[in-house]
Amino acid sequence: MFALPRLTVATVAAATLALAATSNSAFAQKKYDAGATDTEIKIGNIVPYSGPASAYGVVGKAMGAVFQRVNDQGGINGRKINFISYDDAYSPPKTVEQARKLVESDEVLLTFGVLGTPSNSAIQKYLNAKKVPQLFLATGATKWNDPKHFPWTMGWLPSYQSEGKIYAKYLMKDHPGKKIAILYQNDDFGKDYLKGIKEGLGDKASSIVVEESYELSEPTIDTHIVKMKALNPDVMVYFTTPKFGAQALKKVGELGWKPVQIIANVSASTASVMKPAGFENAQGVISAAYAKDASDPQWKDDAGLKDFDSLLAKYLPEVNRTDSSLMTGYNMALTMVAVLKNAGDDLTRANIMKQAASIKDLEIPGLLPGIKISTSPTDFAPISQLQMMRFDNGRWQLFGDIISDDIGG
Amino acid sequence: MSTIQETVAKTDAAAVDAPPKKSMALGRTTSLVMLVALLIVPLFVKNFVIFQLTMLLIYGIAVLALNILTGGSGQFSLGQSAFYAIGAYAAAILIEIGNVNYVLTLPIAGIICFAVGFLFGFPALRLSGVYLALATFALAVAMPQLLKLGVFEPWTGGVQGLVVTKPDAPFGLPISQDMWLYYFTLVVALVIYIASVNLLRSRSGRAMMAIRDNEIAASAMGVDISMYKTLAFGVSAGITGVAGALGAIAVQFVAPDSYTFQLAIALFLGMVVGGVGWLPGSLAGAAFIVFVPNIAEGISKGLSGAFFGVLLFLVIYLVPHGARQGAIYAETLLHKLRRS
Repeated sequence: MFALPRLTVATVAAATLALAATSNSAFAQKKYDAGATDTEIKIGNIVPYSGPASAYGVVGKAMGAVFQRVNDQGGINGRKINFISYDDAYSPPKTVEQARKLVESDEVLLTFGVLGTPSNSAIQKYLNAKKVPQLFLATGATKWNDPKHFPWTMGWLPSYQSEGKIYAKYLMKDHPGKKIAILYQNDDFGKDYLKGIKEGLGDKASSIVVEESYELSEPTIDTHIVKMKALNPDVMVYFTTPKFGAQALKKVGELGWKPVQIIANVSASTASVMKPAGFENAQGVISAAYAKDASDPQWKDDAGLKDFDSLLAKYLPEVNRTDSSLMTGYNMALTMVAVLKNAGDDLTRANIMKQAASIKDLEIPGLLPGIKISTSPTDFAPISQLQMMRFDNGRWQLFGDIISDDIGG
Repeated sequence: MSTIQETVAKTDAAAVDAPPKKSMALGRTTSLVMLVALLIVPLFVKNFVIFQLTMLLIYGIAVLALNILTGGSGQFSLGQSAFYAIGAYAAAILIEIGNVNYVLTLPIAGIICFAVGFLFGFPALRLSGVYLALATFALAVAMPQLLKLGVFEPWTGGVQGLVVTKPDAPFGLPISQDMWLYYFTLVVALVIYIASVNLLRSRSGRAMMAIRDNEIAASAMGVDISMYKTLAFGVSAGITGVAGALGAIAVQFVAPDSYTFQLAIALFLGMVVGGVGWLPGSLAGAAFIVFVPNIAEGISKGLSGAFFGVLLFLVIYLVPHGARQGAIYAETLLHKLRRS
């Protein structure tokens, strides 16, 4: 009589073991941190929908449209994206409040695409302490590429420093030995650019005859231009914001002076810089780009632009499609989607960072052909390639190869 | 002060009733209920809500400071964000560069802002009403740009701002940083609140209110107008500076863009919504500026500004005297209930 219970116990034990083993292996593939379930992935975002920088609010709208479309097409690996986007009015204390709300109240898996250098600076320490990914930031500061100190933070835009280096490469190749004059805005933005071009020039940095800075508060930079002309440089480089970029091009044109002119990508807008400066003054100006310009007719039949336009037509019919911020939001959201797809069923914060740090030659429809997104555990700068372009008869013409610059970690 | 002025002031005090208590503070029971609520609520909510409550108290202090200036001495200011910024930067620089204990930074920030406010009060003497509002507005607009100046960059961090380390609870208390900071802020807020109520009840406070009600009459009574006006400015700026310092510690970050004139407008709004001249209303006003934008955003993201405007309009239309009106209404209702 004793045999039976013993047998039963053994059977049950064996069965339990077997069950435990199988269920273990079944669960092994699916791992979640807060914000991810079998049906949903929660993504947090903060963008200035109101306040002084509200023009950038469309970045958030474009991102929302991309995620909405992904959801309508069945989601990512069967999970819908719950994109929670808050307004911080470009005020850092508000960014902190909203970031804490996202992490502690909404319990998002990660934050994505937060806009602005001060906003991201304000929450970087907090998010890294909480070990919540702070992915793909809409700011070009170089400091986001610091995986050693901030392993949970990764930028997205090509950094100002990389862009500066790319101009250096171009100058050394196409205009060797020329005298260079640089005008830069006296803040982190201008200084990042300056650092980049000087590093890029290396021992050729002595060909810089003057580094002239101006304050954001100055009404006009005409005097700086006149002062620089007196030194008779061959190349003028402008690391300026749009208003001052237009002023500089215009003044140089008025002086009847024809140096080689390079203007930062930030100020390369046809509508807000080239047009006010006067197309005849802007003729021949050189800059660099990484994304397609929706207003440029050369992309009329481009598949990427068609996808972009169909997205806008369906989900954001009210926006102005030539607004370059839309393209930024669109490209960033597609990068995020690619990372989430790669993460598969292992939706832990650690794995998200691992996937984000191992993107290999990812092509996004809104980027220029040949520009690829790549990251590694020591390189947290997703885009570090640009292509040179020249302003010719009222629009930008791309020329030359894709120039890459990895500043590394 | 001369003896004559002294006597005048004294007879003045005896002849006129002290301002009714209700006009400045809550009744004892209500105060206790509020205090207990402020003490207990954090124990039951998430850290994020505690952080919001801390910000509520901090903005409450800043609104209270404006209330002393406007409600007390009748001077307008749209420049409180500038004093708030100075306080915040003073604390941030002292903590991060000077390695000063965060508790000590509060009085230092307060003193610096008191000095700045007192000095600003002198040119302000020549201006009154809307002109003074504009002059202070200029201060608020200038401040973020001044903070960005390259000259100060080694200390202020320029546009990048400064990251501030959040203090841990002392004596190994087993509570979170957020909770500790909340109670710390609560203590500071209570001290400032009680001191402010007493200030307005004191002779100085009466002098300020006399200036507010009728400047010529006050000066005929022997009140030193310029002294009390600048004093009001100094005290208000000093308290705002303490709020700014607390804000920097709670947010853990200071940057020029944090202290734009929008903050000054928000504080002004908080004062009006809370009830001008009614100190407890400051907390209600602060609640309005902290929570209502979130509510508006919850209603519609694209039209959050418009909904905020609608809510503000409703408040002004329904309770033009702010939270004070609501409080008085509630009290009469309670009395009626008790009687019936």
